[in-house]
Amino acid sequence: MQKQAIFQSKLLPYALVAPQLAIVLIFFYWPALQAVIQSFLLQDAFGLSTSFVWFENYVELFKDPAYFAAVVRTFFFSFAIAISSLSFALLLAVMADKPLRGSMLYRTLLIWPYAVAPPVVGVLWIFMLHPSLGVISRYLRAAGVDWNPLLDGNQAAGLIILAAAWKQISYNFLFFLAGLQAIPKSVFEAAAIDGARPMRRFWTVTFPLLSPTIFFLLVVNIVYAFFDTFGIIDTMTRGGPGTSTVTLVYKVYSDGLLGGNLGSSAAQSVVLMIMVIVLTGIQFRFVERKVTY
Amino acid sequence: MVEDEGIRRYVAHFILWIGIAIVAFPVYIAIIASTQDNALIANGQMSLLPGGHFFEVYYQTIFVGTSGSTREPVGNMMLNSLVMALAIAIGKIAISIISAYAIVYFRFPFRMSIFWIIFITLMLPVEVRIYPTYKIVADLHMLDSYAGLSLPLIASATATLLFRQFFMTVPDELLEASRIDGAGPLRFFWDTLLPLSRTNMAALFVILFILGWNQYLWPLLITTRDDMQTIQVGIRKMITTTDALTEWPIVMATAVLAMLPPVFVVVAMQKLFVRGLVETEK
Amino acid sequence: MANVTLRNVRKTYTGGFEAIKGVNVDVADGQFCVLVGPSGCGKSTLLRMVAGLETVTGGEIDIGGRVVNQIEPADRDIAMVFQNYALYPHMSVYNNMAYGLRNRGMAEAEIKTRVEEAARVLELSAMLERKPRQLSGGQRQRVAMGRAIVRQPKVFLFDEPLSNLDAKLRIAMRVEIRKLQRRLNTTSIYVTHDQLEAMTLADILVVMNGGQVEQVGNPLAIYEKPATTFVASFIGAPPMNLMSTRPDEIKSQLDGAADEAGIVGIRPEDFAITDQTPAGGVALPLTVEAIERVGAETFVYGSREQEDQRVAATPGELPPGEVIVRIPGTDAPAIGQKIRVAAVRPKLHLFSGDGRTRIEA
Repeated sequence: MQKQAIFQSKLLPYALVAPQLAIVLIFFYWPALQAVIQSFLLQDAFGLSTSFVWFENYVELFKDPAYFAAVVRTFFFSFAIAISSLSFALLLAVMADKPLRGSMLYRTLLIWPYAVAPPVVGVLWIFMLHPSLGVISRYLRAAGVDWNPLLDGNQAAGLIILAAAWKQISYNFLFFLAGLQAIPKSVFEAAAIDGARPMRRFWTVTFPLLSPTIFFLLVVNIVYAFFDTFGIIDTMTRGGPGTSTVTLVYKVYSDGLLGGNLGSSAAQSVVLMIMVIVLTGIQFRFVERKVTY
Repeated sequence: MVEDEGIRRYVAHFILWIGIAIVAFPVYIAIIASTQDNALIANGQMSLLPGGHFFEVYYQTIFVGTSGSTREPVGNMMLNSLVMALAIAIGKIAISIISAYAIVYFRFPFRMSIFWIIFITLMLPVEVRIYPTYKIVADLHMLDSYAGLSLPLIASATATLLFRQFFMTVPDELLEASRIDGAGPLRFFWDTLLPLSRTNMAALFVILFILGWNQYLWPLLITTRDDMQTIQVGIRKMITTTDALTEWPIVMATAVLAMLPPVFVVVAMQKLFVRGLVETEK
Repeated sequence: MANVTLRNVRKTYTGGFEAIKGVNVDVADGQFCVLVGPSGCGKSTLLRMVAGLETVTGGEIDIGGRVVNQIEPADRDIAMVFQNYALYPHMSVYNNMAYGLRNRGMAEAEIKTRVEEAARVLELSAMLERKPRQLSGGQRQRVAMGRAIVRQPKVFLFDEPLSNLDAKLRIAMRVEIRKLQRRLNTTSIYVTHDQLEAMTLADILVVMNGGQVEQVGNPLAIYEKPATTFVASFIGAPPMNLMSTRPDEIKSQLDGAADEAGIVGIRPEDFAITDQTPAGGVALPLTVEAIERVGAETFVYGSREQEDQRVAATPGELPPGEVIVRIPGTDAPAIGQKIRVAAVRPKLHLFSGDGRTRIEA
């Protein structure tokens, strides 16, 4: 954790950490603390008086079916996005790991979507699949699909998952490729000589050896789906139709923006905070230990 | 291997090209749409080949803006995004590298507490403290300012951890030699540690620039004036009006312009990008 | 049980690099064949071609009477021990050995018998449940061996299996491998760059250089009659002294044979410090430059008085003009002393000027 050879100075180290510490305290801890305090307070309709109400905001929140639905939806989105994006990226990475001509070119052509911002991802996909003018919608309708994600909640959810998974392919691909390249080639060769066919080799050798990467990416993808999908949802559906694409983060945002129900919004923030802490905790605990073997 | 020859190899190439097509198709459509006439698109008659309005559309997008909703030239939005992205990237690197330096190279009371205080911010992304943070920025009169856009995002546990990790691998002899050569802590930092950290800083910069450029929720909250909008916020405002009024070629041109700088950075600095990505996630 | 025959085997990589330039080798059933050569000579590539890990771009590889060029590694009935062992890090020792058998659909009971038998032979019985990372280097090496022998394949392939071990363990394992192979009587092909390993293990030795076979044969026969100057300097340590026959000093002593030969080679142990000049042999005046005493024998490094012209460059070759002499015991001349060394006619190796042909005088 620390060097043996160090400098002696009483004030300098404080001066060096001061800027970061100031920002962290003013913009991170103070607001977080505010959120926690706020979540125990109830404000009257005119914002004139506040009273301390213990866990009432939380109780209200958990009794609210709309909130419960958002929780379920967020988890469903997260797993759907993570699993679809991970499996497709893994397929591509396994292919790109073969000794092919032009494999560097493939990598370049597959990693750039990492740099596309979530709201832009939303715009790109809603444009292609817009009910009245989308270029893909044309073919869907021609194929007899009653396609209208702006009215049909399930279609809207599908669209969000699709767009969010699309953006994450490049990230997952990159980490899978690095993971595959870290496995010594001779292990695959030994398995080939041991009579394992490509499919069996994948499931008995590649997949287990890749499990630390897979687990790490699973957590990262879930965190991504929790938070970074906000931009996609906001440009594509604004949570609609109805509330069919409202996730937890989107709900914090829209409840605070519209309702002005600060207590509930704060309680939601605190719940999210706890979820992040748990996810980060899992990530550190297990990823550090390299999961299986 | 024998099995990598022939048919399997073609299958691999084929699957990879399908992947590339899936990844590239939405962007292709955006580029095509940005060269076409709005009426044609609004009718659902968009062609899949480039149209003839390229210069006209991009000129209007960059220098004029949409005729309906915001009327803010996208060129200005890009400038705002650039300032914000650079401020975030440079700011994060600067304050992280000096805090890591203090934590690794000095021994002082509350050293570990400070380390943990910085570390725990990993668990406090802006999304979980939206409104209280907004309120503080408003109280500090930083709404609609570059400071408001960047300052609250400048702390970085990841970057601090990364530099700390790197400093731990720097041999102690370097510091001892510098000390014998009469260098004090600031000289050693400036003359030795900083040059050694160049690659790390560059890799981190690539990632943080993309991260800053792509910020959305925070600028959405704290910018109210159109001339302070970033491009990511601007593009959303362009499609707020009813569908019929959305000027799709301009929206798509904005999307292309919004992608251009970060995608360029990824492709042009691929090595640094990959390195930065892998190291920040460790 | 199978013989392995390579017929004019070639490997050309896309891009034109020719790694193997037409190799013919015949390994009889049960023989232990060693491929030896400096790094980059193509020996590992050749082995990997036999395994099916590299494609063959020309010629035929025949295992047990069947041309296997297009056959997958799994179907060639071979087992391989890799340089880095290539153990499956997520599987126990037992499962590492059982994996190849399970892939072939063998019954669990039979697998158990075979693995336990192999573990007993290799003294791994107590470690069957451990993961590879819990084992020492030598133990990992034995697991890799075990994985090969449980399969009871037609052919064992070894790719420098001992190079990651320390010197002492290397010698012990070398003996183990030889004993095991004798007992199982399985045809084996073994790649190494260590000529001592090659000499001690091989029934049939293949010396390779630059993608080609320099010489094939019984190790002692090769040692006694190296076909080229490359083989002469590669096999045997310290290397054979190679000298140009052009200087009058040597030419005059060779009486006629030198007309045809351009290079004469003499092994260090074939020199004796003497004042006599054997008829038809070679005697050289030397100045002692360095002495190495290793106990049972002593190496004397001397420089020749006559200026020497450099002969064909080969690995392990001495600097021009330097001669190494091996003498028994520890009695040696002092540094700086002038001595005279001589070798008798039957101990001379004569080669053509380009070093490619051996001349029998």
